[in-house]
Amino acid sequence: MSVPKLELRNVQKAFENKVVLHDVDLAVEHHDVVCLIGASGSGKSTLLKCVNLLYPIDNGQIFIDEDEITAPGVNPNQVRQRMGIVFQAFNLFPHMSVLDNITLSPRKVHGVDRATADARARELLAKFGLDDKVDEYPDRLSGGQQQRVAIIRSLAIDPELILLDEVTSALDPELIAEVLNVIRDLKADGMTMVIATHEMGFARDVADRVCFLDAGVILEHGPPDRIFRDPQEARTQQFLQRIIEAGRL
Amino acid sequence: MTEQSSVGRFGRGPGLFGPRPRSSLREEGARGALIAFASTVIFIGVAVWLVLTSETWPAVQRQFFNWSNFKEAWPVVATGFWLDIKMFLVAEVLILVIALAVAMIRALRGPAFFPLRVLAITFIDLIRGVPIILLILLLGFGVPALQLPGVPRRELFWGLTALVISYSAYTAEVYRAGIESVRESQRMSARSLGLTQVQTLRYVLVPQAIRNVIPALLNGFVSLQKDVALVFVLGVREGVRSAQIYTASTFNYTSYVVAAVLFLLVSVPVARFTDWYTDRDRRRMQAVGG
Ligand SMILES: Nc1ncnc2c1ncn2[C@@H]1O[C@H](COP(=O)(O)OP(=O)(O)O)[C@@H](O)[C@H]1O
Ligand SMILES: [Mg+2]
Repeated sequence: MSVPKLELRNVQKAFENKVVLHDVDLAVEHHDVVCLIGASGSGKSTLLKCVNLLYPIDNGQIFIDEDEITAPGVNPNQVRQRMGIVFQAFNLFPHMSVLDNITLSPRKVHGVDRATADARARELLAKFGLDDKVDEYPDRLSGGQQQRVAIIRSLAIDPELILLDEVTSALDPELIAEVLNVIRDLKADGMTMVIATHEMGFARDVADRVCFLDAGVILEHGPPDRIFRDPQEARTQQFLQRIIEAGRL
Repeated sequence: MTEQSSVGRFGRGPGLFGPRPRSSLREEGARGALIAFASTVIFIGVAVWLVLTSETWPAVQRQFFNWSNFKEAWPVVATGFWLDIKMFLVAEVLILVIALAVAMIRALRGPAFFPLRVLAITFIDLIRGVPIILLILLLGFGVPALQLPGVPRRELFWGLTALVISYSAYTAEVYRAGIESVRESQRMSARSLGLTQVQTLRYVLVPQAIRNVIPALLNGFVSLQKDVALVFVLGVREGVRSAQIYTASTFNYTSYVVAAVLFLLVSVPVARFTDWYTDRDRRRMQAVGG
């Protein structure tokens, strides 16, 4: 079997004395979509931010292909150029137009000239049906449009993988679908993704694998059908039960 | 505003800048303004009448509000005051730039920048802990007395340097508050796009920070515009010093009133502008739902 696209080995992370990730092991194969589910506070966001090197890990290793990105001496800015990450909200820079939001990193980090960066941004916006928003400022967009632009912005650096942290959980219900559809399109294009989500229906539909995180431990993982139909761990069963009661599955 | 989210206060387009709705509130406002105007006129009228009819008024008028002294002192004091204005303009530009640099250094994170951060914090703490007048005396008399070759000897230069140093320390803290008021997710988004810390500050945090602290910076303008006069202690012939010289030769204080009038002519409009701007900004933020 080939080297996974992304691999976490024994990753530990604590804030002050509170251990938030305990010995997390996770392998994401090329072109796979892995969904992280679990209660709020279980460590999903922390895991994604550790992969993006936004938080330093205390122990363990993280690899992209065969490169250890947590090795000493690795330049985090270069690592971050290989992946995109989108958060729950407030991703976009409010003082820049949609176009400038998307082209900032290509121009300033990757040294792409303005014309090329603009052309690429317009192409991406057109692909996702947002070509009429090129010159808008973020506060003139709906929440769903903002999140779509944020995802497009992360695509503009041609990332090898994308991390999505509950990108729909701050949205009004009627705006969720348009964002999920963008993610489906990315999957169809073969993008490798790690997605923290509360949308169980979506996870079931789009994930190749689902990981259930509980108090900083990946308690259970497997294909969505098995996790949702036949969870082995009592904690997973309880979590899914609560989700069903809340009418979200 | 359910469709529009509350990300920003950087509104563009007619929605935010259009006329406010007319309503009966407006008319009530007009009546209120009339009442306010009438009561103000009555209040000031009574106050002026009380002063003018008091026994000490003639003496006060002779000492402070003597018209012929006023006319005589005006050109001298105004010439000095023009130097105050020039000092203010030069100092303000330098302060805005230096303070921003100090604030940016202070905002850098990570162990590699520790020494720089310590330097910035030490500068801010030391300078803010010393009375500004002391700094002016120290640099304005102290440095020229050293008679160092190649170092400027003019009191004006060192007085202004002291003002710039002192105000930079305060203004750096204003900028810092602005930088810290920008959401953490903005910093994280910028870093996750591969921007360095300095790029993150320059393209993402500082533009938003400045927008947030413009009222505070304008307040600093008002205060500096008056404090430049402190260099008079070095004998620099700016407005206050010119007024003092006139007083010393005539034993009449009207020249101080002239100086006060000149300062007011500049500072009151700036203060009014600051209030107007702050109000407008707040209304606009409410309009965006921020
Ligand atoms: N920057 C931080 N500083 C301190 N504690 C944090 C920080 N970020 C997250 N935590 C804590 O780590 C735990 C996991 O948080 P998080 O990763 O955000 O969980 P999730 O995304 O699954 O809701 C929580 O208990 C949270 O309080
Ligand atoms: Mg989270």
